[in-house]
Amino acid sequence: MFPVIKGASYVLVHTPDMVIHNGTTQTLERETNPDSEYLKVLRKHLRSYEDVVSYPVNQTYIGNFDPEELANLPRPWFEKKLENASRYGKFGEIMPEDEFYGLMKVCDVFDLVKLEKNFTLELKSKFENNKYLSELVSRLGEGNEIEEINKLVENGVAEGLYLNDNLVGCVKRAHEYDINLSAHVITENLAVKASGVLAALHIIEKANIKKEEIDYIVECSEEACGDMNQRGGGNFAKAIGEIAGFKNATGCDVRGFCAGPAHALLYAATLVQSGVFKNVLVVAGGATAKLGMNGRDHVKKGMPIMEDILGGFAILVSQNDGVNPVIRTDSVGKHSIGAGASPQAVIEAIVASPLEKLNLKFTDVDKYAPEMQNPEVTEPAGAGDVPTQNYKMIAALAVKKGQLDRSQINDFVKKHGYVGYAPTQGHVPSGVPIIGYAREKMLSGDMNRVMLVGKGSLFLARMTNLFDGLSYLIERNSGIVEDKKDAVTKEEVKKMVAEALRDFASHLLEE
Amino acid sequence: MDLEIQQRVKELTEKYGAENIVVVLGGSEAEAAGLSAETVTAGDPTYAGPLAGVSLGLRVYHILEEEIKNECDPAVYDEQCGMMEMVLDVEAISNEVRTIREQYTQFKD
Repeated sequence: MFPVIKGASYVLVHTPDMVIHNGTTQTLERETNPDSEYLKVLRKHLRSYEDVVSYPVNQTYIGNFDPEELANLPRPWFEKKLENASRYGKFGEIMPEDEFYGLMKVCDVFDLVKLEKNFTLELKSKFENNKYLSELVSRLGEGNEIEEINKLVENGVAEGLYLNDNLVGCVKRAHEYDINLSAHVITENLAVKASGVLAALHIIEKANIKKEEIDYIVECSEEACGDMNQRGGGNFAKAIGEIAGFKNATGCDVRGFCAGPAHALLYAATLVQSGVFKNVLVVAGGATAKLGMNGRDHVKKGMPIMEDILGGFAILVSQNDGVNPVIRTDSVGKHSIGAGASPQAVIEAIVASPLEKLNLKFTDVDKYAPEMQNPEVTEPAGAGDVPTQNYKMIAALAVKKGQLDRSQINDFVKKHGYVGYAPTQGHVPSGVPIIGYAREKMLSGDMNRVMLVGKGSLFLARMTNLFDGLSYLIERNSGIVEDKKDAVTKEEVKKMVAEALRDFASHLLEE
Repeated sequence: MDLEIQQRVKELTEKYGAENIVVVLGGSEAEAAGLSAETVTAGDPTYAGPLAGVSLGLRVYHILEEEIKNECDPAVYDEQCGMMEMVLDVEAISNEVRTIREQYTQFKD
């Protein structure tokens, strides 16, 4: 029995001050070129929370604006404000920076996050009136004096947390010498944890499941937590589960650059299909390092800095209920070590092979979901429209296989792929953003099949030059819960025993 | 162009001599390919890497340009590049890289 996707949540966190203080493009620039023009004008290019909420692409990510509608909206999208835009969407929310600092405090179990007293009071009232956060309000504590926070930041033992350039808190280092427990790394990791917790809190409601029913958690963001003796020791999964209240779960972290979520979802699917666990949660938080990654290009082109948000998501994989979409674990495509690195070899391995396994044509898949980066972020930086490039490659392979005419490539691209609407947070765009909409459309009968394609640039870690890719199909549930073909009823067993006895008796008679 | 790749191009040029180096690019966008071509000819336009202010003037082509295609075994080229040839804007990429090459390379052959 194939496992099903019981729900998906998607969250964004608006973090303009973290762009300045925690994004690597900016921190590196401050270190190497402190007087640069970019650093001087940076603040002017940051968007307000209202602008980030009304940005059509973000509304699509959290479930309020269908990707088909986004595709019909003329670009530039960043100049458009969506009417009736809302903080909350059917898949999740866009959290403002102040509340996120509160969530980081809530996620800190080692007293490393210090928030100013009055700021803490403000947060308390916001948390109390928020249905997702109210249970966590007591963890905010009473706050600290601003003098104490100032001193910690000035002495270099803590990273500052700012709102509109005003210091409101800090994150202390967790060790005097260990660089993996430095204030910078702890800030980065607490941001992963907090945004992962936010996605986890939303999935409970979206998938309509009780917290105690989660058996196992697979975390698949891009950071590593550990200390100097084991840099990536872990374990974000359990740390997130603890704050979210998943008392009956344990879990582990899975990494694979941008392909991480595709691997994680497959692990979850196999754990459920094998019967080891009933409900497995795949969750990922956001990467502060990537904030403002292409900021220089955005500023150069007179645009706002588009990478001012952290992304997160959670997907619940459960036993087949005959209703929710199934993960076809018999369709897995993989870019194996010996597959070759040319784009053609890659697409052959991860797109053509799952189709061939199930005897399907390229056009039998409603939508392909490869890397789904928002093109408005990548195009100004010279990386092009990544999802469209992927759809074109898939179409070109279909041409090479004789399944499509060359003149049909552009139509194929429009018909079989959504526009990109995911933040460029590495792991977040890689296939998984489609699951929310695809699940809905499969439940309503408007969609039959999508292919999730995870791709990863492993060379970045300098351990291998190999590329990575993993893919599989997600399909509408046929509604048949029990696999009759393999099931044997009590009556059938009786019949089989009787037949065997008759056979045995006839042998005896013959002798 | 990645700072480490700039360093590799610089070192290889120092080791073998600029006249013995041809840089073959594979970028998927005309603008990005043009920037890489500029980096290995006129110098790093972003002034961030080892080739900032260093004009190597190397011969530089994109893999999809006719000059390179004609040098390859057609079957191998089709297997390795055939699909991307269909996908990318070959004309725009070729024009961009050619313009930079003609402007900055020290080898006019």
